[in-house]
Amino acid sequence: MAITRETVLHVAKLARLELADTEIDRMQRDLGNILEYVNSLAELDTASVAETTQVAVLGTPLREDGVRPSLANEQALQGAPRSSGGGFAVPAFVDE
Amino acid sequence: MTDILDLPIPEQAARVASGDISAVALTERALGRIEAQRELHAFLHVAREAALASAAAVDAKRARGETLGKLAGVPIAIKDALCTLDAPTTCGSKILTRRSADGNSGSDPEHGFRPPYDATVVARLRGADAVLVGKTNMDEFAMGSSGENSAFGPVKNPWDKTRTPGGSSGGSAVAVAAGLSAGSLGSDTGGSIRQPAALCGIVGVKPTYGRVSRYGLVAFASSLDQVGPFARDSRSAARILEVISGSDVLDSTSASVPVGAYEAACGKPVKGLRIGVPEEYFGEGLDPGIAASVRSAISALEAEGCTVHPVALPHTRHGIATYYIVATAEASSNLARFDGVRFGLRIEPARGDLQAMYGKTRNAGFGPEVKRRILLGTYVLSSGYYDAYYRKAQRARTLIKQDFDRAFETVDAIAVPTSPSPAFKLGEKVDDPLSMYLADIYTLPASLAGIAGLSVPCGMLAAQSDRPALPVGLQLLGPAFAEERLFTLAAAVERLTAPTGPVRPPA
Repeated sequence: MAITRETVLHVAKLARLELADTEIDRMQRDLGNILEYVNSLAELDTASVAETTQVAVLGTPLREDGVRPSLANEQALQGAPRSSGGGFAVPAFVDE
Repeated sequence: MTDILDLPIPEQAARVASGDISAVALTERALGRIEAQRELHAFLHVAREAALASAAAVDAKRARGETLGKLAGVPIAIKDALCTLDAPTTCGSKILTRRSADGNSGSDPEHGFRPPYDATVVARLRGADAVLVGKTNMDEFAMGSSGENSAFGPVKNPWDKTRTPGGSSGGSAVAVAAGLSAGSLGSDTGGSIRQPAALCGIVGVKPTYGRVSRYGLVAFASSLDQVGPFARDSRSAARILEVISGSDVLDSTSASVPVGAYEAACGKPVKGLRIGVPEEYFGEGLDPGIAASVRSAISALEAEGCTVHPVALPHTRHGIATYYIVATAEASSNLARFDGVRFGLRIEPARGDLQAMYGKTRNAGFGPEVKRRILLGTYVLSSGYYDAYYRKAQRARTLIKQDFDRAFETVDAIAVPTSPSPAFKLGEKVDDPLSMYLADIYTLPASLAGIAGLSVPCGMLAAQSDRPALPVGLQLLGPAFAEERLFTLAAAVERLTAPTGPVRPPA
């Protein structure tokens, strides 16, 4: 299935990926080939088939909603590229 | 005399427990071999100091007269997809490395993310007195079937260093196949344990979904991911599985089903077990030598008293399409967390906002296959395509699962090839993603169904002018939580198809 350059750019934007120009061409070609292949599923009649979203054999277990120890603030921040005031620091995104 | 490091794991642990060899001496032996085989690139991080310290702790425990764990002093390697407190964790990706801002960061896995906790399976290995020797190389985010998608360079197959070991747990498979560690952990989302086990000539187990906790495993496709062991024989793999299995309050999808006696199951008689053979797994594209080797192993089981029955798995050919929709959809969601905010790489533009930081960080941090899968997954979930792709694939997944349910009404296990081809050349499929996906054709359906599977060596393909002899894997599939039965069959296959060539590649 052919997929347009615009579609690749739209999906890349949704996925927060800033692709280089050369990558866009490559992805357009590869995604087209892969989608053409997966379109083979269309031949399956699935009108009356239920969806399988997970295969966990048992249901969802419940537990007491109690307070438990968690990571200390400094542990949570130890891998942060930038932190300040006990939180993760990011570039400003609200105009003052 | 056999080197202790080459003995089955239960014997290694017994020798350490009896004081025959110290855990430190056994660990030094493993570290020496890892050093001598650097060229295979099986490891991203060798935990020399931490391993020697934990080995010394095992020896001290013994000296105090305490009972040692089931993996006392046994050197185990850990796939770099699993979080470890005392070692960097990169998942084979630059985005989980620290050096930022220069745009060329991340060439060194030693600067990887330092998790603030151990994965449950890692904690359980430590609790059993295992010695963790290092973190193994892998396809980035476990996306790949050859090890070549590692951001830090490919892994090499010890049987032929111009070939891939398979993937994505290629480093863990090579560590065991080359004798660098006694066992290892991998993760299997669509075949990432079974296929490299087959291509490297060792045992690899994909447990039933829910058998093993996923807490601390970097998530790829959460409805498919399972952690499992590699070892050189089924009894050794069984011992590791017993240690890592069981429910975990930190993973609500882990099952409360009691852990089986997997090691004791190795060596039980196979007489009377019903083996299903689906012809869908022996069609076009299968190497004739592999087909012959697998059929001969099945005949050997029959001679031992198993009965062999044809079974139909008619939706097998839809496995790849179904998998690459379901898995990429889940991956596109799971990998959203890698955004440069809380850990790993950050590319912060001199001018620009948060969106620009996300876009640049993710583009610099992810490799081409990961980007391809994020884009595909985002596409199949996006408005207007959801029904045609994602919903369709979830329905196809039901049909694939029903195939197995029906088959297991009449047979106890299914025997098929693990991989359609032996180890392929480095570079052979790397530019053609679809041909790489086809390498997983025989392992994907069981992943989608969530059932138990393992790969056990069943012979060697004879050497040809362009390659040495290469191992063949037999894949055994069983119903959910039937791991014991699979171990019984695997141990019989080992006995009956005793390799004629070397059990380990020449160092």
